[in-house]
Amino acid sequence: MGQRIPLQEQPDTTAPIRVVVVGNGMVGHHFIDQLTAQAETGQVVVTSVGEESRLAYDRVHLTDYFTHRRVDDLMMAADEDYQRLGVTAHLNQKVIAVDRAARTLTTDGGLVLPYDILVLATGSSPFVPPIEGRDRQHCFVYRTIEDLQAITHAAEGARSGTVIGGGLLGLEAAKAVRDLGLATRVVEFAPRLMAAQVDDDGGALLREKISDLGVEVLTGKATRCIEDGEQYRHRLRFDDGDTVDTDLVIFSAGIRPRDELARAAGLALGDPGGVLIDDHCRTSDPRIYAIGECAHWQGRCFGLVAPGYAQAKVAVDHLLGGDARFQGADLSTKLKLMGVDVASIGDAHGVTPQARRYTYSNPREGVYKKLVVSADHRRLLGAVLVGDATDYGTLQQYCLNAMTLPDQPESLILPALKGAAPGPTALPDSAQICSCHDVSKAAIRAAVADGAGSVAAVKDATRAGTGCGGCVPLLTGVVNEALEARGVEVSKDLCEHFPYSRQELFHLVRVGGIRGFAELLEKHGRGHGCEICKPTAASIFASCWNEYVLDDAHVPLQDTNDLFLGNMQKDGTYSVVPRVPAGEITPDKLIVLGEIARDFGLYTKITGAQRVDLFGAPVESLPAIWRRLVDAGFETGHAYGKSLRTVKSCVGDTWCRYGVDDSVGLAVALEHRYKGLRSPHKLKFAVSGCTRECAEAQSKDIGVIATENGWNLYVCGNGGMKPRHGDLFASDLDREQLIRVIDRLLMFYIRTADRLQRTSVWLGQLEGGVDYLRAVILDDSLGIGDELEADMARTLSGYRCEWARTLDDPEKLKRFRHFINDEGGDDHPRYVRERGQRRPARANERDGGAVIAS
Amino acid sequence: MNQNWTDVCDLHEIVPDTGVCALVRGEQVALFRPAGDDQVYALGNYDPIGGANVLARGLIAQVGARLTVASPLYKQHFCLHSGQCLERDDVAVPVYPVRLSNGRLAVGPARRAERRDDAA
Ligand code: SRM
Ligand SMILES: Cc1cc2nc3c(=O)[nH]c(=O)nc-3n(C[C@H](O)[C@H](O)[C@H](O)COP(=O)(O)OP(=O)(O)OC[C@H]3O[C@@H](n4cnc5c(N)ncnc54)[C@H](O)[C@@H]3O)c2cc1C
Ligand code: SF4
Ligand code: FES
Repeated sequence: MGQRIPLQEQPDTTAPIRVVVVGNGMVGHHFIDQLTAQAETGQVVVTSVGEESRLAYDRVHLTDYFTHRRVDDLMMAADEDYQRLGVTAHLNQKVIAVDRAARTLTTDGGLVLPYDILVLATGSSPFVPPIEGRDRQHCFVYRTIEDLQAITHAAEGARSGTVIGGGLLGLEAAKAVRDLGLATRVVEFAPRLMAAQVDDDGGALLREKISDLGVEVLTGKATRCIEDGEQYRHRLRFDDGDTVDTDLVIFSAGIRPRDELARAAGLALGDPGGVLIDDHCRTSDPRIYAIGECAHWQGRCFGLVAPGYAQAKVAVDHLLGGDARFQGADLSTKLKLMGVDVASIGDAHGVTPQARRYTYSNPREGVYKKLVVSADHRRLLGAVLVGDATDYGTLQQYCLNAMTLPDQPESLILPALKGAAPGPTALPDSAQICSCHDVSKAAIRAAVADGAGSVAAVKDATRAGTGCGGCVPLLTGVVNEALEARGVEVSKDLCEHFPYSRQELFHLVRVGGIRGFAELLEKHGRGHGCEICKPTAASIFASCWNEYVLDDAHVPLQDTNDLFLGNMQKDGTYSVVPRVPAGEITPDKLIVLGEIARDFGLYTKITGAQRVDLFGAPVESLPAIWRRLVDAGFETGHAYGKSLRTVKSCVGDTWCRYGVDDSVGLAVALEHRYKGLRSPHKLKFAVSGCTRECAEAQSKDIGVIATENGWNLYVCGNGGMKPRHGDLFASDLDREQLIRVIDRLLMFYIRTADRLQRTSVWLGQLEGGVDYLRAVILDDSLGIGDELEADMARTLSGYRCEWARTLDDPEKLKRFRHFINDEGGDDHPRYVRERGQRRPARANERDGGAVIAS
Repeated sequence: MNQNWTDVCDLHEIVPDTGVCALVRGEQVALFRPAGDDQVYALGNYDPIGGANVLARGLIAQVGARLTVASPLYKQHFCLHSGQCLERDDVAVPVYPVRLSNGRLAVGPARRAERRDDAA
C-alpha cells in the first residue's frame, strides 16, 4: 500500500490544502460538490480549471438538447454555488503542463496555479478513425454542447445524415439525426449493433427494430474514405468498394481517455491508455488523483458516469483522511433507443467459466431476453433484454446483491410464469437502488424516516434518481413502500374534498356516468367543494358529456371567466374575443368588429394569436355586444376556457410562393373540428405551409407543417413561461391520418393529464416519454385507439357556440347584470384616453386626479 | 319593516352555491348562497386586493371548516362569516347581516369586519 500524504507534512498544518481540479465535467464537478460538503471550514481551498466555455453540464442527457434547445436545462454547476462555497473556477483554460517538482500547473491562457493536491478529471475525447476526408466540413463528433449546436446548424438544409459507429452513443446520435428530420443511416464496423452490450441474437433483433423505424443499418462495413458526393455533400467509400452519399457525418466510434497531460508529466499510464490509479484513485504521484473517464483502474477505463462518481467519492474520502476504496462498478445499462428498450446487465456475454444461459425470444412481439447464471443455477451473473426491459430493475438487483434465484430462473423472463419477481419489499436493505449516486435502499428509508414525504423530497435529500434517471421507477416503489410502512398515504389528491387525482376522477365520472357535482361529491367526495375541484369537475363533465357550461347544475362550478364567457380584466370588466379561425377574416367581418368596438367604446387590440380582442365590456353589456357579433356570423373564441384557443396559420400555398400545401384550409378545418373541446389546460395549434414555419407550429401543443409528401405532426410544444419545442411525432400523414392521430392524442391527454397541466408538462411526466406516447397513439399498444376516437367523436358532436346558446335563453341572460336589484352598473372603473382609445386608470392616476371618465 | 333592513330579492333568484351582487343604500353587497344551506351570507363586493367590485362573481370554496369565497381576480379566500382574508391577516371585507322572511332576503347595516374567527 503506497503511503498517504500525511497532513502534517504540510509546512503549516492549519493552512488549507490547495486542491486543484483539472476538468470541470460531470465527475470533476461531483468531486468538488462532495469535497466542499465534507471538508471542515478552512480545511481546503478548491480551484477548478476547465477547457470548455461553461461549468459542468449533464452530458448524459446531452441529446435532450435537440428537443429543448436550452443550455440552462443541462447545467449542473452554477457560478453562485461555487462563489458561495469559495470555489474558484477558471473557464476557457486548458491545462497544458504540470510541473510535479514545483507543484504548479500552467494553462494555455498563461495562468500558473500552485497545488498541494491535484485531481485529474479530464474525461475522454471521441475517437475518430484515421479515415481520409474525416476533417471535411459537416463531419462531427458528439460530445459537447458546441458539437450539438454545430450539428443542428448543419442539419438545416441537409436531407440525410450518417452516423459512423453503431454502439450505444452511435444509436443515440442516430435518433437525434432522425428527430432533426433527416434520412438516417448507421454504419457499423462490427457484424452487429451495440457489440459491447448485447449478444448476436439480441443485436439481430435490435437491428430489425431499428430498421423498421426507417433508419438504414449497415453492419460489417469499414469506411475507407469520405469524398465529394453528387446529390449530397459527401460520399462514404467502404473497404468493399460500396458507397453511400450523405450530407452530414457524425463519428461515434468510441472514446479515448484524455491522458495527454499525465503522459507529459511522466505519470504511469494503463494499457492501452488512461491514467493509472490505485484503489484510492491515486496516480503514481501520491499528490495526484485521477477520476472519471480519464482514469485507468485494474485493466480498464469506465465510459459511464456512475463509476466516475464512485471514484470521486473515494478520492474525496481519501484526501480527507479516510480509507475508502474503489471496488469497480456495475456497468449495467438500460436505455430506450428510438422507442426500443435495450438493457444489459453484468456478464451479458456469459464469459464467466461454466456460465449457463436461459433465453426467450418472441419474434412476433420483437422481444428477446437472456439470463446468464452460475453453474449451480443459483446466482444471476448477467442478462440481456431487447424490446422489453421492464424486468431490468429486478434482474439488476438479483445480480448486484447476489440474491438466490428462484428454482426456475426462467420464471423471471417468461411472460406466462410472471409473478415470481420480487417487489421492492423483497430487496435487502443493502440493495443499491441508484447506481449513479450509490444510494442504498437503507439510505432511502432513512431519508423517509427523516421526513422526506415524496419521491421529489427523497431525490433532494439523497440525490437518488437525479443521475441517468433509470432507477426512478424502482426508487418510487421503495419510497412509496417506506411511506406506507410509516402509515403515510401517498397523496395525489386533487384537493381536500376529493381523495383522487384528476385522472382518477375523470375515470370515475366516465365509468359511473356521473353528470353533476352534487352526485360526484356524494359518491366520491366530502364537504362543499372549492375553487379547485369545482372547475375541474366542470371541465371533466364538459370533456365527457360536452354539456352546455351554463346549465344550472354547472353554473356554481365555473370560474367567472367561464360563467360570463369572457376573461375578467383587472377592473372587473370583461374581454370579448370572437373566433377568427386560422386568422382568416373577410373585410366585411373585420368592419363589423370595428363598428361594434366603436359603438361600445371597447379598447381594441390584435392579439398574439391572430385575432382581435375587445377589452373593457361591463358584464351587463356583454349580451348586446355578442348579439351583434353572433348576428354577423361570429362565434365565441373560447379565450376564457381551458379549451382550444386558436389554430394559427400562415398563408401557405394560397398565396405564398414557397407554400407546398394549403395550411389555411387545414387550419380552418382543425379549428372548426376541435373548437369547444374542454381540456385540462388550454390547447393551441398552428399549421405552417412549408418548413420556413411562419406559423411557429413547433411552439404549439399541436403543430403541423406541410411537406412534399403530406403533413408532419409536432406535439406538446408551447410558448409562455417555459417554452418548449414540440417533438416530431409522425411524418408525411394525409389529412385523415393526421386527424385520427390528433383525436387519439388529445383524448388520451384529456383522460390522463393533471389539472392545469399543459401537454408539454404532461408529456414530461409520462413514463417512457414521447416514445411511449407514440406506442400508445400510433401503434395502439394499449388497445384503446378506437375508444379514444369514439369518445372524441361523441364529445365533438355536442358542440354549439356557447354565446349563441346563451343569447337564446332569457333565463341565462338574467345573470348578466351587475346588480340583482338595480339596472345600473359598477361605478368604480375609471378610464384614461391613450393613443386614441380608453384604458383603465392606474392607481396613481386615480389618486392624482388625472383626466378620468367612467 | 325596520328602517335598517333593505329588501333585496327572492331567495330563489340566487342559483344555489353561487353569489350575486346587490345595491344596498348605495353600497355594493355580495350575497352568497352555499349549497345545502338555507343560510345566505353577505360581504362587501369590493375586493381590496384586486381593487375591483368582483367578489360576488367568485366561487364558493370550503377551506378546512370555513366557508369562503375565492376572489375571481387573484383567488384569495374571504371567510363568509367574518370577512377575514385567509391569505392576509391584515385584510378583511365588511360583513352584513342577512334576514330571510317569506322567501325574501333583506340586508342590514354593515358590521365592522371582524378578526379571523376560528370558531366558524
Ligand atoms: C390577449 C393576449 C395577449 C395579447 O394582447 O396578444 C393574451 C392574454 C392573456 N393571456 Fe396569453 N394572451 C395571448 C396570447 C398568448 C400567447 C401567444 C399565442 O397563443 O400564440 C401565449 C404563448 C403561447 C402558449 O400559450 O404556448 C400566451 C401565454 C399565456 C400563458 C402562459 C401559458 C404557459 O403554458 O406558460 C398564460 C397563463 C396561463 O394560461 O396559465 C396566459 C394567460 C393570459 C390571460 C388569460 C391572463 C388572464 O388570466 O387574464 C390573458 C387574458 C386576456 C383576455 O382577457 O382575453 N397566456 N398567451 C393573447 C390572446 C390570444 C388569443 O387571441 O386568444
Ligand atoms: C451523448 C452522450 C450520452 C451519454 N450517455 C450516458 C449514459 O446514458 N449513461 C452514462 O453513464 N454515461 C453516459 N455518457 C458518458 C458520460 O457523459 C461520461 O461518462 C461522463 O461525462 C464522464 O465525466 P468526466 O468528468 O470524466 O468527463 P467529462 O464530462 O468529459 O469532463 C471532462 C472535462 O474536462 C475538460 N478537460 C479535458 N482536458 C482538459 C485540460 N487539459 N484542461 C482543462 N480541461 C480539460 C473537458 O473539456 C471536459 O469539460 C454519455 C456521453 C455522451 C457524450
Ligand atoms: S404576457 Fe402577461 S400581461 Fe401580457 S397578456 Fe399575457 S398574461 Fe397578460
Ligand atoms: S441509477 Fe442513474 S439516477 Fe439512479
